[in-house]
Amino acid sequence: MSSVAHDHAHAHDHAHDHDHHHGPYKGVMRWITTTNHKDIGTLYLWFSFIMFSVGGLMAVGIRLELFSPGLQYMDPDFFNQLTTMHGLIMVFGAIMPVFVGFANWQIPMMIGAPDMAFARLNNWSFWLLPFAATLLVLSFFMPGGAPGVGWTMYAPLTVQMGVGMDLTIFAVHILGMSSILGSINIITTILNMRAPGMTLMKMPLFVWTWLITAYLLVAAMPVLAGAVTMTLTDRHFGTTFFNAAGGGDPVLYQHIFWFFGHPEVYIIALPGFGVISQVIPAFSRKPLFGYASMVYATAAIAIISFIVWAHHMYTVGMPVTGQLFFMYATMLVAVPTGVKVFNWVATMWKGSLTFETPMLFALGFLFMFTLGGFTGLVLSIVPIDIQMHDTYYVVAHFHYVMVAGALFAAFAGVYFWLPKWTGRMYNETLGKWHFWLTLIFFNMIFFVQHFLGLAGMPRRIADYPLMFETWNKVSSIGAFGMGLAQILFLYIVVKTIRSGEPAPQRPWEGADSLEWTHLPTPPPYHTFETQPIVK
Amino acid sequence: MNVTAENRRLSRRLAIVAVGMFGFAFALVPFYNQICVALGINSIERPDKVVNTQIDTSRTVTIELDSNAHNLPWRFRPLVSEVKVHPGEIAMVEYEIVNMREAPVTGQAVPSYGPQHAGEYFQKIECFCFTHQTLAPGETRRMPVVFVVDPKLPKDVSTIAVSYTFFEVAGRGGKT
Amino acid sequence: MKGSKLISILAGLAACAASGAAHAIAWYFQTPASKMAQDIDILHQVIMWIILVIFVGVFSFMFYACYAHRKSIGHKAAQFHENTTVELLWTVIPALILVIIAWPVTKVVIAQKDTSAPDLTIKVTGYQWKWGYDYLRGEGEGISFVSTLATPRDQIEGKAPKGENYLLEVDNEMVVPVGKKIRVITTAGDVVHAWWIPALGAKQDAIPGFLRDTWFRAEQTGTYRGQCTELCGKEHAYMPIVVRVVPQDQYTKWVGERKKVAAGAEAPAPVASAAPASAAPAAAAAAPAAAAPADDSKPLPLADLVSRGEKIYAANCVACHQATGQGMPAIKAPALAGNKLVTGAEQEPIDTVLNGRPNTAMQPFRQQLSDAEIAAVITYMRNSWGNKASEVQPAEVKARRK
Repeated sequence: MSSVAHDHAHAHDHAHDHDHHHGPYKGVMRWITTTNHKDIGTLYLWFSFIMFSVGGLMAVGIRLELFSPGLQYMDPDFFNQLTTMHGLIMVFGAIMPVFVGFANWQIPMMIGAPDMAFARLNNWSFWLLPFAATLLVLSFFMPGGAPGVGWTMYAPLTVQMGVGMDLTIFAVHILGMSSILGSINIITTILNMRAPGMTLMKMPLFVWTWLITAYLLVAAMPVLAGAVTMTLTDRHFGTTFFNAAGGGDPVLYQHIFWFFGHPEVYIIALPGFGVISQVIPAFSRKPLFGYASMVYATAAIAIISFIVWAHHMYTVGMPVTGQLFFMYATMLVAVPTGVKVFNWVATMWKGSLTFETPMLFALGFLFMFTLGGFTGLVLSIVPIDIQMHDTYYVVAHFHYVMVAGALFAAFAGVYFWLPKWTGRMYNETLGKWHFWLTLIFFNMIFFVQHFLGLAGMPRRIADYPLMFETWNKVSSIGAFGMGLAQILFLYIVVKTIRSGEPAPQRPWEGADSLEWTHLPTPPPYHTFETQPIVK
Repeated sequence: MNVTAENRRLSRRLAIVAVGMFGFAFALVPFYNQICVALGINSIERPDKVVNTQIDTSRTVTIELDSNAHNLPWRFRPLVSEVKVHPGEIAMVEYEIVNMREAPVTGQAVPSYGPQHAGEYFQKIECFCFTHQTLAPGETRRMPVVFVVDPKLPKDVSTIAVSYTFFEVAGRGGKT
Repeated sequence: MKGSKLISILAGLAACAASGAAHAIAWYFQTPASKMAQDIDILHQVIMWIILVIFVGVFSFMFYACYAHRKSIGHKAAQFHENTTVELLWTVIPALILVIIAWPVTKVVIAQKDTSAPDLTIKVTGYQWKWGYDYLRGEGEGISFVSTLATPRDQIEGKAPKGENYLLEVDNEMVVPVGKKIRVITTAGDVVHAWWIPALGAKQDAIPGFLRDTWFRAEQTGTYRGQCTELCGKEHAYMPIVVRVVPQDQYTKWVGERKKVAAGAEAPAPVASAAPASAAPAAAAAAPAAAAPADDSKPLPLADLVSRGEKIYAANCVACHQATGQGMPAIKAPALAGNKLVTGAEQEPIDTVLNGRPNTAMQPFRQQLSDAEIAAVITYMRNSWGNKASEVQPAEVKARRK
């Protein structure tokens, strides 16, 4: 109750002291009550790092069990719980929030707005997350443990789970609510709050990708909420949406889930594309090649993402016309994605390149995301997919897209904007170490998983036949290494905040969006209260 | 320009979209069922497209009818054991099933043919094998098969044995 | 703690080096044994070559730029951007390449879906965590059995050295004749499973309450192994699929043997299995290990029931309820030792085994086990781990079957 009172007082305060740059509350209350986009951005970023660590620990647990055939450290049920929670936490707790963090910090600064459109709503969107995360983690301590159904939560296995499943469903509801509120805020900010002269086609590409992502979120997240709600009523209220005995169909769940699930893949990837589209021109000292075609390609990917969902379900047995339709539509995604890759490479062509850490991560992204894209093309081919479906080949594919895609883009973004956010420079040598260690260990984990999948190792198994042993060992060692490398990342960030060299207003020669050209480093607590005029 | 009012209006529209998409997820349920029925997604046997209905009266083909119930408490038999048809002629035969169990049972029929390759010339327009059949306890049901023998049937085939096997659909209990 | 883990990892590495010699390192498709698997292999190789060419092409530009257009060697940035011709080309050319790929693929897709005119139709039912096979049409019609993992628990838990076909061996293999088109109809009794034999290029989800089909035609004799590929709960890793492809004459012989077992003509052990007249489901359980006399209705001595029940328990119950009868509360599998429901009135355990428990992994066993087998396994449970209660007779099970 008292915090609510504080809230009001603060808002009141804020309205009056508007022009005085009055600085925030001190201590914990600053973070609980904050409506400042920079504070909330920071909260999102730290939250996602904590979730990334939790999900990463689970991944290490999974790889530990898979180090050798046989059961060593856990029973298969707990193994399933780990794979489920690893997926949910990484997707909803780490990757999505990290880009919302970027959006909060960057969008107002990049379009010359004083803050997000709905500052109070912004605070709520964030503070929903820790509750959802707590529910997810709590499910481990319920009778029956966390659900062991995979992050896709396929029916009717979900009906067999204990209370942990219900907690997870509520957590997904809350996470969805948070994303939808955040997206409404972002769309409104971008459409209504741009500085005079900042036309849509002058916006930095990062803002464009977020605008499109936010629309995807508003359209896709409610569908997931619907799917898990039906799961919940099937579990407790006697409905039979997904139960054949009552006239339902388990495959319907998969259709609804993937109707959300495929746009979700681009929700995760597009903001990463945006970050890369800022970083590559900056370190090439050359404008982005084909700005307009990048925007169109992003929109095309978003639209196509709604008509390809059933390519996750080639083996459920659909009519041949359905398989062919979804195959052609999926192959079509390669065209706009290709346009993006070509544009990035053309941006570098005849530039004046330097290779600081953000650029290294961007190049790592470009190289490995393309690899993930190509394995995606392989998987779009129905007969090949039927052979590879639910094997480690798929695991390798989507980790190339999500880790080498989204995570590398996030690292590139953090190193790129950290000087602006903190006012201090990170240690370049350590940053490069972090990049190379992550790159090497990442490939050690996931490249070999292509072989495992080809040779026939199903995913989500706690124990495996002997012929898969060698690559699993390599993969596990890579996982331990990659985990350790992220401790270095934490060290670099903390060291930068505490004792980094002061950074100039524009540490990167080629960076030319508003936050670099119009704002000091670090930016004051309130920025652009008088909007700049963009020519 | 009043940004705040404009912001409110936009956010309200977006919220309506979100609520609409939540409803859309539920709308998918009946929609999906309609699609499944229309496209026959949940049946492993599908009606054949019959193009040529030119009746070839110069030939007569004997259709022998057979039936089996596999691990199923059903009495399942054709009402006649054989029919004679001309290729291209539309014909109908009837089967009868009786559920002997004191509980509803769902079953699915799978056809097979002798000789093997005659199957592609035995074109079914209507058949109980296109869908699951659910019978109440003690229920008796008569079910037709409407078919055409393709006039392209090789000359050396004069008899086609058509056999249906019913088996219980696991995981489906009694209800549909 | 930390040290011991490090040591175990190092030991693992050493084992890895050693095992490298013992087991061939698998890194590509298993040798195709059907035309479908071969087509998939060829498609995959063609696409990989196309991808390799594009990949090398695109990234040689990138790496050349990284090398030649560095600031450190004094390269000055050009300021060009946008070029309609180039942008059009790199949209149209990939689209054309995709059309070229799509053409041959479409043919394979259509062939893969063509389940018409099979020589043999076999229904495969996925259960938590085993496979049921029913030969529906063609030679061997009526054969029916359940196939479970044959790898002993000791190997999984590391108490015994792992055998060559660790996790890929079953008690009853699916046997089919070589060169014949086999149509596989899949369904499931509880949750979604997926039936897959990599070397035959056949994979199909098994969906409870619905039927799906796929097909294969094995071109070489041999034993082909695969695993369930859809997460189906705790023992997902432990329900392999083994298909033995044999010449036609051996297949005919196998069918003959199966039929004899099912008819109960061979009765080496003194316990009951199949009653041809009454319970057709009993044929499902006519595994040679449990072969027995024909009459389910005869009362059996306690000792026989217990010794037979132990085997059935090991094959069907041990994964969840554990060899110690302590159960696994984590997945709602209660302890059987000291459990009043088990040792109390006889209807309760009989009904539970027959009908399962809704919304748990406890499935109905009425289709899979005969009256005598259910009586045996319940008697075993009622007289193990300190439990003491009266035996259950097949006739009592039969009475509760309705």
